[in-house]
Amino acid sequence: MLEFDDIQHFLLTRTPALAARYEFLTFRKPASERAWLTGLVDKVGTGKSVGSASPDSRWVTLAFTWNGLRALGLDEASLATFPEEFRQGMAARAEVVGVTGANHPDHWIGELASPELHAIAILFARDVAERERCKREHDRYLTQVGGVDRLSGLDLEAVYPGEPREHFGYRDRLTHPVIEGTGEVSPPGSLPPIKAGEFFLGYIDESGLQPLMPQPEVLSRNGSYLAYLRLQEHVGAFRDFLREQGQTREEQELVAAKLMGRWRSGAPLVLAPQKDDPVLGVDMQRTNNFDYGKMDPYGYGCPVGSHIRRMNPRDTADNMNRRQMIRRGGTYGPRLPENAPEDGVERGIAAFIGCASLIRQFEFAMNVWANDPRFKDLGNERDPFVGTQDGTFDMTIPKRPVRKKIKGLPAFTTIRGGAYFFLPGIRALRFLAAGDAATRPKLKKVS
Amino acid sequence: MATHVIPKEPLKPQVVETPKEADWTKPQAMAIPKEGYFKIEQGRYGPLFPRTPACHGFTIIAKIKPGTEEEIRQYGKKLENAVAGDSHVLAPLQLHYLRWVLFDIGQDKYFMYQGIFDTDFDKYTEDAVALFTQTGINTIFEKLEGFPMDWKANVPAFIKFLRDHQCPSFLEYGEYPYVTAVEVKKALKLKRAFSDMLDQMQ
Repeated sequence: MLEFDDIQHFLLTRTPALAARYEFLTFRKPASERAWLTGLVDKVGTGKSVGSASPDSRWVTLAFTWNGLRALGLDEASLATFPEEFRQGMAARAEVVGVTGANHPDHWIGELASPELHAIAILFARDVAERERCKREHDRYLTQVGGVDRLSGLDLEAVYPGEPREHFGYRDRLTHPVIEGTGEVSPPGSLPPIKAGEFFLGYIDESGLQPLMPQPEVLSRNGSYLAYLRLQEHVGAFRDFLREQGQTREEQELVAAKLMGRWRSGAPLVLAPQKDDPVLGVDMQRTNNFDYGKMDPYGYGCPVGSHIRRMNPRDTADNMNRRQMIRRGGTYGPRLPENAPEDGVERGIAAFIGCASLIRQFEFAMNVWANDPRFKDLGNERDPFVGTQDGTFDMTIPKRPVRKKIKGLPAFTTIRGGAYFFLPGIRALRFLAAGDAATRPKLKKVS
Repeated sequence: MATHVIPKEPLKPQVVETPKEADWTKPQAMAIPKEGYFKIEQGRYGPLFPRTPACHGFTIIAKIKPGTEEEIRQYGKKLENAVAGDSHVLAPLQLHYLRWVLFDIGQDKYFMYQGIFDTDFDKYTEDAVALFTQTGINTIFEKLEGFPMDWKANVPAFIKFLRDHQCPSFLEYGEYPYVTAVEVKKALKLKRAFSDMLDQMQ
């Protein structure tokens, strides 16, 4: 039975938020971080409060890096029980995650690669005005507490109000895993509900067992890991590329669809291989009701190297029930108007990937699905959107009688930052806030 | 018998990245440094071992617990039956070959598990562990000394055991280098299709 009153709402429920603020924080003064946390715990929305009929307006989410847990006074013995990948952090595992070249942590912004990054406060808001109010309130709170500083922040807002689309114009949020115990029913074509232990610590996972947890249990139970990625989208370069590849609007849209595996409306190429079908795109009973092995084994509809087929190979990969992740986040930066030239302003997606095992779920997806050039014997390809591209990889579009091969695909995105966080349950937040000088001696911060 | 002459000049280890255009017509050998790799390239669970002309693979050698030899041998028959029952049962491993050997060193008995396959083991390591469980191969591992008995809830410990007991090759050779099992099967399918076509044209 999922403890909805203890699990932070973040991975359980989508709030009706159209804006958000991410605050990346560092703890500079001993004890101040616990004071800061103590004052915020009650504002953190739980799965129960946010999911209930009277939506909670407290859409605060708090998560910590491993260095942050240490700064909070967690003892060395407990710190050592966290998995190695979390202890190292995303920047140290850049090669594993595949963030190399222009995506390398050396080029990241917002001090996300710094060991000084200790915590994130995610403030979801109904709209931009409410977000600005939340920012001001948190600013005042930081001043009042003292010793907890903002390393950087990011404002997010929907680029296409009323529609979950990202800057390239693709419809988003079409697939997500259904968690067993939430009462949600899997839509046609999706996996059956996934055991809660794949996303929350302290529950049975898809192996049928409950995996080992970091200690003490009060800290880890109902917690999850979050991988954060700030993905800049080069909208001008993307539109230029489409114009180079297609003479007509229809041809350009087809190339855009082949890269993604879905039309920008969301309609999947397996079900709508020739022509867009916007009604199909948003019909949640139909938009995922397809497979690859039987319906499109050679990728004549949806190329094997397209984004959705790489990042969710469905029936053409093993143990998909062990590779599920919950995505959260949104878009940042202003929309680039249609036909406007690239303006040099940063825009993109700032997303969190929630799971119970960063190495088995998130790192696998990035290492293999996104960045392995030999994925499915493609030979020299990476994911066109989340793989690290530097103009040396290709994109094959299967076609009869002869396939189309795009040589030297340009980079449409750049990863500008990333981090690993632990998203504790409410009891764990209280445990961290309380501290216990007698049993948890304050240790020197990592520098 | 191999008919290719060994070159007079000493073989130098070469850094071989995933070749973009491998030439299967030219047999290739690769001498591999003691560590098992030419340069450290970090995978999820440790340094990656290179793809060689003989594809990816591992050679796991470990001492067996005394008195377990017969059980291990009997498992060979079980796996034979499992594959006979479902010929695709080992498909997730993308194998070319498996070789299981029991041998003596002094009074002790050792088990060697050698696999040649097409995927980087680091990438699909959890799938392999899941398959070991599904097919009961783990029952053999449980007879090996030092194997973590809590592996079911502690898969990273299983993976560490495999890596700790992996003995990298110092030479690998491929008569048709870098060719995957999928490509071999595609070529044979084509051959069969052409053969059928010629029959139809008689």
